[in-house]
Amino acid sequence: MDIKQIASLANLQLSPEQEQLFSSQLTDTLKNISIINELDTQNVIPTSQVTGLENITRPDVIDRTRVLNQEQAISQARRSHRGYIVVPSVI
Amino acid sequence: MITYEPVIGFEIHVELKTLSKMFCGCPADHFGKPPNSQTCPVCLGLPGALPVPNAKAIDWCLKLGLALGCQVNLHSKFDRKNYFYPDLPKGYQISQYDQPFCHSGHLALLSGKNIRITRVHMEEDTAKMQHTEINGEKLSLIDFNRSGVPLVEVVTEPDFSSSDEAVEFLKEIQVIVRDLDISTADMEKGSMRLEANISMRPQGQTKLPEYKVEIKNVNSFRFIKKSMDFEQSRQTQLLNSGVSPVQETRGFNESKGETVSQRRKEQAHDYRYFPEPDIPPFVFSPHYIESIRRTLPKLSSVNRQELSDTYGLSTANAYIICSDHKMYTYFIHLASTMPDKTKYISDFIINKRYGEKFPETPEKLLALINESQNSFQIDPKILSEKVSNILSQYPQAVSDYQSGKIQARSYLIGQVKKSLGNVETAQISMIIKELYG
Amino acid sequence: MKLNQLSISEAKIGLKNKQFSSQELVEACLQQISRYNSKFNVFLKMNDQALKEAEKSDISRPFGGIPIAVKDNFLTLGLTTTASADLLSGYRPQYESTVTARLKSAGAIIIGKTNMDAWAHGSSTETSDFGPTLNPWDATRLPGGSSGGSAAAVAADMCLGAIGSETAGSIRQPASWCSVTGFKPTYGRTSRYGVIAMASSTDSPGPMTKTVADSALMLSVIAGQDPFDATSSPEPVLDYVKNMKTLTKRKFAIGFPKEYLEVLEPEIKPLIIAAIEKLEALGHSVKETSLIHPKYSIGVYTILQRSEVSSNLARFDGIRFGKDRTAFGQEAKRRIMLGTYTLSVGLYDQYYRKAQQVRTLIINDFNRAFSQFDLIINPPTPGPALKIGATRNQPMFGELQDILAEPSSIAGLPGISLPCGFVNGLPVGFGLIAPQFHEPDILAVSHAFQQTTDYHLQKPIL
Repeated sequence: MDIKQIASLANLQLSPEQEQLFSSQLTDTLKNISIINELDTQNVIPTSQVTGLENITRPDVIDRTRVLNQEQAISQARRSHRGYIVVPSVI
Repeated sequence: MITYEPVIGFEIHVELKTLSKMFCGCPADHFGKPPNSQTCPVCLGLPGALPVPNAKAIDWCLKLGLALGCQVNLHSKFDRKNYFYPDLPKGYQISQYDQPFCHSGHLALLSGKNIRITRVHMEEDTAKMQHTEINGEKLSLIDFNRSGVPLVEVVTEPDFSSSDEAVEFLKEIQVIVRDLDISTADMEKGSMRLEANISMRPQGQTKLPEYKVEIKNVNSFRFIKKSMDFEQSRQTQLLNSGVSPVQETRGFNESKGETVSQRRKEQAHDYRYFPEPDIPPFVFSPHYIESIRRTLPKLSSVNRQELSDTYGLSTANAYIICSDHKMYTYFIHLASTMPDKTKYISDFIINKRYGEKFPETPEKLLALINESQNSFQIDPKILSEKVSNILSQYPQAVSDYQSGKIQARSYLIGQVKKSLGNVETAQISMIIKELYG
Repeated sequence: MKLNQLSISEAKIGLKNKQFSSQELVEACLQQISRYNSKFNVFLKMNDQALKEAEKSDISRPFGGIPIAVKDNFLTLGLTTTASADLLSGYRPQYESTVTARLKSAGAIIIGKTNMDAWAHGSSTETSDFGPTLNPWDATRLPGGSSGGSAAAVAADMCLGAIGSETAGSIRQPASWCSVTGFKPTYGRTSRYGVIAMASSTDSPGPMTKTVADSALMLSVIAGQDPFDATSSPEPVLDYVKNMKTLTKRKFAIGFPKEYLEVLEPEIKPLIIAAIEKLEALGHSVKETSLIHPKYSIGVYTILQRSEVSSNLARFDGIRFGKDRTAFGQEAKRRIMLGTYTLSVGLYDQYYRKAQQVRTLIINDFNRAFSQFDLIINPPTPGPALKIGATRNQPMFGELQDILAEPSSIAGLPGISLPCGFVNGLPVGFGLIAPQFHEPDILAVSHAFQQTTDYHLQKPIL
């Protein structure tokens, strides 16, 4: 397991101590959960939805009741500028 | 020296012109709106918000897939594509992974070559980012109005062997999308976006090259062709000097006419796809798919074929007339009442570039054709026939012309003009010369 | 009896008969809170408009004038919402969750937001970034979690009822540790819109109350399909209160899985057995049965939940709201890391997909059992409240504690936790589960149980 690689994928910064701690803890957890391999799941269809629902959609109409105005939309952002939300340049 | 041939594939994103966004009821038409004025908890990715799919967007995706000869997956679903970028508010994009709505389609080029279409699926658009500098600090400004707008993605196999083939295909996709009236497919406005994947391989080899270069952010057919051509020579040069081109993403510098490497930080492409737990899966009945198929309009390609076959129009004229629904309807109407004048009509309509205003009746148009102040060229063969028919009524004048009488020529030309209207004198002259010496 | 000690049903009668006003109800709760909140750390945020709202309340509405506490993972307009996470400190939501909106429409007064495990990652409320909540029955112990604050608020009579949420155990376990009635509805029965997501495929908002009757009342108001939640069910919302009363006389076939009993700590087993015998005395037939051992559910739940968590927490990037990702606590980071791993290329089949297949086995197993039984006994926890500090150095504390809640949560089934006695002064909870949308059966049997016992009427000495 490459802890640094996982942390990077997860966009998390870990201190060296955390890297070590998590490395051993994750290994333990994985050992624990591997118990599910004891059960035979050949030809068993995976379940991702327990509701049994299908084809849930909404009609193509504009719903103004949920649209936020500009002020509301940016109100919780750390940085904003003339209505835009600002981040340090990604380039 | 080895000759290399290009191996090109495309990913085309089409922004649908639905009223509302893909997973929420915000307006989808975001062009020119004040930043962050059309968002809601869902498309802004606020905590606790949930997506509910737009039924019409799905129907339109199916429509496009069917128009492109695809098969529809009767069992389909959305998946999460997980990655981090500031323009992606949830930290994942709701897209489709292993069960796209449509797959395995094709589109034939004029040459008859079939381009295979791997899949046509749905996803949501990201926010718009602008890069700027404020007080010396390099910043990115994000506008979430575009976040969540429905996108249909069309993916082709790497079947193109030339940039011309690719451009022909791309133009046809634009025509089809507009025929279906599901998007403005405007490249400048970004409602149709192109991503090319291009690599070179030794001619005759069938195996795919080990690398591919992605070209992005090119928003015109002209420039996408230029970028492909540039890549072709750039990659060939590299390969000839024994270097394999780097697998990367490149943009196009219009002023230089060159592709440039977009030095973005290479992100590990592990998207950790898993089925979207917030959206139940889709099960379509064959009956439902048929009902969508029945709503498909007659595509331009079919109409073009008809115009050529039935009315003898040139490919170029047929293309122009079919690209404008009003022009097409008008032409068909006129052509049915004046079937012998179809070439005149098509030329006249196209040359005069009638926009919204067309003459009301066929008679008026014919009168216009005849009375036009600007003389115009008629198809020489047809003109020749007509002149011959007219002048057969004046055998004495013809014989006078043949004996060298100058006034006879003017007389003959006058008779033609009386009958046909203001046709170019030079043209008539030439024909008379051809006919009678 | 002080007004804040009333149940919702009792308060409704009192309000109707003009024995007291809604302001007096709210005032009594506020007084209780001001006396004990600093000790027990139950509420993170108070609604300073509560009394004003009480003044204007319409008691003819189902929850008119009734003070309710809300777990802090429900977005509430005008009240900060943090999920007890430092990352969301001070976040002022731009919209309201459907569940709280429905309660407000029904006239309820939200008195404040309660403490929880940060991001709902836990079964103790010890992982809150704002300090643990203490168990009202024993201040050296934990109230359970992740809805520990809501459970404690009800147990300590700081409100008349509360809203919690359960991903696997987060309503039922703290209810059992705090001696309140905790009801986890069928997945999809209540809307998740506006609830900070933990595991999207199992999260279920639900009531935490002093009585089963109150539970039925609250469920009636909050249940029902929501156009903003595609996984919410179109199943019609029944009159749960009426049903509960009409079905009380019915005799049910109840199974008790030997595997669930095996997991119980010896000290609480006698109380569970006594409760089972009580059900038999009420006329129901109780038979032993067998289910897939819940130890397998731990693996399934850990994988599915942490995978979904890793994706659901991706939106917390500090750009549009909140602090950046360095503000995540250790538990959150740990879960995100594992979830990222189990979804990775090459590992997805081995972990996530395998877990979903075992999920199918568990669902089928329940279907088989429910073809024989109407209800199944499901004690919510292996033992009573643990001491503060119990979660330290336990990377899987939550998932291990919730072993008994995980099977039913994974399958999306409804379940309840009811007070059934005390061991060494600590509350013990008893539970039942039913097939999807069979809430009325659970409520009927539980209501009858409460009418013939008085465990739920005991109050802690604070």
